[in-house]
Amino acid sequence: MSDADLTESLRAHVEQAFIERTPLNIHGARSRAFYGHATDAADLDISAHQGVINYEPSELVLQARAGTRLVDIEQLLEDNRQMLGFEPLRFSSDSTLGGAIASGLSGPRRPFAGAVRDAVLGAGVINGKGEALRFGGQVMKNVAGYDLSRLMAGALGTLGVLTDISMKVVPRPESEYTLRQSASQQQALERFAGWMGRPLPLSGACWHDGHLYLRLAGSEASVRQAQQALGDAKLREQPDFWLSLREHSHAFFTRSMPLWRLSVPPATPPLALDGDWLIEWGGAQRWLHSDATAERIRGIAAEVGGHATLFRGADDNCEAFHPLPAPLLALHQRLKKSFDPAGILNPGRMYRDL
Amino acid sequence: MKYAAQMSDLDTFLAGLPDLPDHCVVRESEERRAYECDGLSAYRRMPWLVLLPETVEQVQAIVRHCQSSGIPVVARGAGTGLSGGALPLENGVLLSLAKFNRILDIDVANRLARVQPGVRNLAISEAVDQHGLYYAPDPSSQIACSIGGNVAENAGGVHCLKYGLTVHNISEIQLVTIDGELLTLGGRALDAAGYDLLALLTGSEGLLGIIVEVTVKLLPKPERAQVILAAFDDVTKAGAAVGSIIAAGIIPAGLEMMDKLSIQAAEDFVHAGYPLDAAAILLCELDGTSEEVSEHVFKVRELLKSSGATEVRTAKSDAERVRFWKGRKAAFPAVGRISPDYYCMDGTIPRKALPQVLQTIEDLSKQYGLPVANVFHAGDGNLHPLILYDANKPGELERTEEFGGRILELCISVGGTITGEHGVGMEKINQMCTQFNEAELQQFHAVKAAFDPGGLLNPGKAIPTLARCAEFGSMHVHGGQLPFPELERF
Ligand SMILES: Cc1cc2nc3c(=O)[nH]c(=O)nc-3n(C[C@H](O)[C@H](O)[C@H](O)COP(=O)(O)OP(=O)(O)OC[C@H]3O[C@@H](n4cnc5c(N)ncnc54)[C@H](O)[C@@H]3O)c2cc1C
Repeated sequence: MSDADLTESLRAHVEQAFIERTPLNIHGARSRAFYGHATDAADLDISAHQGVINYEPSELVLQARAGTRLVDIEQLLEDNRQMLGFEPLRFSSDSTLGGAIASGLSGPRRPFAGAVRDAVLGAGVINGKGEALRFGGQVMKNVAGYDLSRLMAGALGTLGVLTDISMKVVPRPESEYTLRQSASQQQALERFAGWMGRPLPLSGACWHDGHLYLRLAGSEASVRQAQQALGDAKLREQPDFWLSLREHSHAFFTRSMPLWRLSVPPATPPLALDGDWLIEWGGAQRWLHSDATAERIRGIAAEVGGHATLFRGADDNCEAFHPLPAPLLALHQRLKKSFDPAGILNPGRMYRDL
Repeated sequence: MKYAAQMSDLDTFLAGLPDLPDHCVVRESEERRAYECDGLSAYRRMPWLVLLPETVEQVQAIVRHCQSSGIPVVARGAGTGLSGGALPLENGVLLSLAKFNRILDIDVANRLARVQPGVRNLAISEAVDQHGLYYAPDPSSQIACSIGGNVAENAGGVHCLKYGLTVHNISEIQLVTIDGELLTLGGRALDAAGYDLLALLTGSEGLLGIIVEVTVKLLPKPERAQVILAAFDDVTKAGAAVGSIIAAGIIPAGLEMMDKLSIQAAEDFVHAGYPLDAAAILLCELDGTSEEVSEHVFKVRELLKSSGATEVRTAKSDAERVRFWKGRKAAFPAVGRISPDYYCMDGTIPRKALPQVLQTIEDLSKQYGLPVANVFHAGDGNLHPLILYDANKPGELERTEEFGGRILELCISVGGTITGEHGVGMEKINQMCTQFNEAELQQFHAVKAAFDPGGLLNPGKAIPTLARCAEFGSMHVHGGQLPFPELERF
């Protein structure tokens, strides 16, 4: 991992673009380039802006520059028996921290250990005027000023260029165990709802193709105890099962059909949409390969209190993200303007009118 | 900003709210006096008018009317805030959410409860107890404070070390904007489309909108909880013990510290059985599955002993566990009994700076001649030094505030923050000028303007104007430089 602080040159770059009104396409390793809409803009590459700025395992806090590779950060944490609780989706070995935070995509642990935004404690941000700002901090609790660092998680770079991020990290569980049971989608959803309402040491709950997968994690004693309570059916064949979900390398994700991500209340019964499903997060995140129209998929997701993202396969004919009600979109536009008055940061990447 | 309100305008203003029943309007001065201050009683102001609406439509109508009349609005929950966030305005409406006190829906399968903002924090856990669930954030004020106020302050509590703050434990809010528009932020799924406005609104201190409904996340009650009490003859050793527990990969459900003065005050008040000869005690709660708790209790006891604890006790029964916590939860009122007044600070620091910061606070305490009792969330570095003073002694409040300001600046200088959970409110507005620079403050104001361009929601709180910082900066020179050199000095 190299150590290079390019904050000032990135800042100057954005300032120049602000003066010249040149739109920028902020990127790291481009491993998430498929997510959202392509922007027709000049590249701003942050991948050389690298390095861990501060990491003290006993403080449970890590601060690193946005261009730092996720694999490097995760290796460093692993060396200290710690990890990123949100298990970010990681689409290539070059995937950067900045991309992980800006896209806000959390992995299998999300319902049990929190999302990307839950781990964010502070951030260095260059706004659309080329000002290098710092929000939040490196302590667990901080309510001074609006929480603008958490707001960056999932904003896809449309509010600012992330220069560095401070995150809460967590101890690695002593022990992990995955059990597999055969179950229909409906049975799996019912079992998940039951288990998640009990104090079990869970860290993953997935269903696909006639089987449910449940990951237990915690102290050896608690995992053993839970394993006894739930029945022994250890998953042995697929040691990298959870990793294949994190990296979207599981065969399910390699199809060419449009890939939808439906985010719904977890106990929602199976949705009446034809296609191939993979359920994660104990029912709260549902992946779907389907040719159904966006209106239909979004209508069904909204009806149960959720939303649907066209995760792969977005084009000019269809918004990638679930359309917002008009007053909420207007608020998004005003907020965007407050950070980026000239509209130069990843314009249209999230919503075409943003 | 010029506000239009005058006392004589009151009738005209109320005439614009024909659908608001009389019992929702408080105009008599004796009755308005009850709303003069929040939990920070050193700051008082008579509100121009107090309104207690009962429906969301009434809130919308009031806010719209305020918007069109240019009258500012201050939201109020239970008024337990400790930073003057709900301090009213002489020329504005105090909008109390006290009548929004119903639990609307409990969704056991999705572990969510939809409640009105005036519902008390503890009432939620009580209502869902029968389902084996609870709402994790537990501020010490939980019998009184409202969930709306918790969201507005991003409140924390003893169990936040493991289970997170308010922001980690809510799913959706309904917000009335200054235009009177009703927006849903977040949702019942684990995320929502668009920006994370739920995170932005949490901790926004009533400056961005009025929260009229909150959906909270519920957790299954742990199978078992156990609490350990450890005594130390030296505060520094207790501080180091905190670090060693965390470094061992154990995240306790709660990890709290009390120093000698607060131990004594709490013991006199609730007889928790604390060791009176200790310089500091740590209370460490471990929860989880039964076997996990046994394992962790064993490990933590060993760690505490090797950190130099003079005594380590494990609660033998649930009753004893409750008694151990009772002293901690009653610490503020206990200190209130030994001093005419106290002033509660809320800085947060990296844990490793604990010994140094506690020492400096002790030195400052001698310098100012004001005793300090320390009782705080040690596990996440959130300090609550209580400065004891007597408001009736001339000059003592001013000295206390100056001392408090020094503590906050100390927190910033070790890489911490001026407020971990109580908010900036009116109280820490000056220290915001030290924590943030001009461009950062301007960004805050720009965000505020995106929600409330006229600046009518809780004006004067949370984010200082640049002019105010210039005024404050003329007294406080930071890092050898005056902040805002380009602004004129007053
Ligand atoms: C003895 C004692 C112990 C305490 N312990 C803790 C603790 O452990 N942890 C902790 O975090 N805090 C603690 N507090 C502080 C306080 O209880 C919390 O800040 C609480 O969240 C305030 O809730 P409230 O309903 O009293 O809000 P209020 O004091 O009424 O208001 C607080 C702020 O929120 C705004 N607000 C209130 N309701 C709404 C709404 N519906 N919409 C928009 N804005 C709103 C107000 O304008 C104000 O800015 C303690 C206070 C006391 C007195």
